[in-house]
Amino acid sequence: MLSYILTLLPSILEGLVMTLKVFFVTLVLSIPLGVIVSIFRLSRFKPLSKITELYIWVMRGSPLMLQIVFIFFGLPIVGIAFDRFTAVIIAFVLNYAAYFGEIFRGGIESIDRGQYEAAKVLGLSPYRTFMRIILPQVIKIVLPSISNEVITLVKDTSLVYIVGLGELLRAGKIASIRDVSLVPLVLVTVAYLLLTAIFTVAFNKIEKRYSYYE
Amino acid sequence: MVLKVDWLNKSFGKKRILKDISFELNTGEILTIIGPSGAGKTTLLRCINGLEKSDRGTIFIDNAYLCRDYNDKNIYARSREMKEIRQKIGMVFQNYNLFPHMTVMENIIEAPIHVLGLSRDEAVNRAYELLESLGLEDKTDSYPFQLSGGQKQRVAIARALCLNPKILCLDEPTSALDPELRGGIASIIENLASKGMAILIITHDMDFAKRVATRVIFMEDGRIIKEGEKEEFFNSFKDDRIRKFMVL
Repeated sequence: MLSYILTLLPSILEGLVMTLKVFFVTLVLSIPLGVIVSIFRLSRFKPLSKITELYIWVMRGSPLMLQIVFIFFGLPIVGIAFDRFTAVIIAFVLNYAAYFGEIFRGGIESIDRGQYEAAKVLGLSPYRTFMRIILPQVIKIVLPSISNEVITLVKDTSLVYIVGLGELLRAGKIASIRDVSLVPLVLVTVAYLLLTAIFTVAFNKIEKRYSYYE
Repeated sequence: MVLKVDWLNKSFGKKRILKDISFELNTGEILTIIGPSGAGKTTLLRCINGLEKSDRGTIFIDNAYLCRDYNDKNIYARSREMKEIRQKIGMVFQNYNLFPHMTVMENIIEAPIHVLGLSRDEAVNRAYELLESLGLEDKTDSYPFQLSGGQKQRVAIARALCLNPKILCLDEPTSALDPELRGGIASIIENLASKGMAILIITHDMDFAKRVATRVIFMEDGRIIKEGEKEEFFNSFKDDRIRKFMVL
């Protein structure tokens, strides 16, 4: 049994590397983009706010799998082609930025108007006000929702198999079918659980760090 | 004269909130504006500190126009002048609006560093002096949630004073304070005025107005009904509306 598991490990680890690559690149790009999306969505310039609303609706209202398919298989028809990994990252980042955008919007809207007014009468610029006064308070508020999204992202990475990228779940599935065994899938499940456990602990730490004020 | 408001008008939609408001404020004076809620006191204050824009009239602050009428239009200062004018007005909000994620010291030095361009050391020194004068020198590293209401208010005062304003505005300074703390804030205000600060207070706390004011304005329904030096104001109970308000 143990020796069987050992034979599986190389391909599963390879899949894990792809999963982590998609995960981290998506996270690093989509969170800042989400902040921008929320600002656009809250913009007093109506066309910008409306277009952002439409974007959020499309991204949240259709399956991520279809978005990947359209970007990788659909865009080449109109002459825009990406390699597999880039296409996947574009789809994931656009999709997750919409979710993060809505989370940040909720956070920004929950900040008391008095905070903006205090910053304004002190003469702080709108940019400084957002970066120094509003955003730090928003981050504390949205952390639990962000951590929820992050855990969903870990599992959503399995969708990249659709363009033929070998990630964790695909590695398990191939071995499972080849060997007519559930063991590879159990192994893959354990890997996902370990990943989510690590990120949960990490987020708890971050939340604790933000609990220095009430 | 450090503040002059002339024929100021402001409406929200069709509702006229401020009607032809005119008054002056001099250095060392403590002017309290009293009146029932809905009289337009807060809107007036928000026009003076630039949080609301007036529709008509003049606001003149320390040799610069915040706004004035020109060719039948209310013209506001450009944003650079606006920034300079804002520095001349310190504002203490009713609920203080301290930044909860910053320590007392960070709350106070944020604007001096990024608006006045002071170095961090200069700002800290200035803030520490202010905190010391307000009896808060041991609270520099506390967060707002760790402070009592009175302490928060004094931090808000220090934050406003750290920009060296000419005018200090306080919106309902006694509303969130225990009665025994009112004397404390009164002496802080009197002390500032004696050093030449012009002070504008909005309140419906008559006892407090009587204690600190040098001059009083009574507002009702968007208008100034009566204005006078403190003694004169409180001794003349001829005006029925004011009497009614004061008895309440």
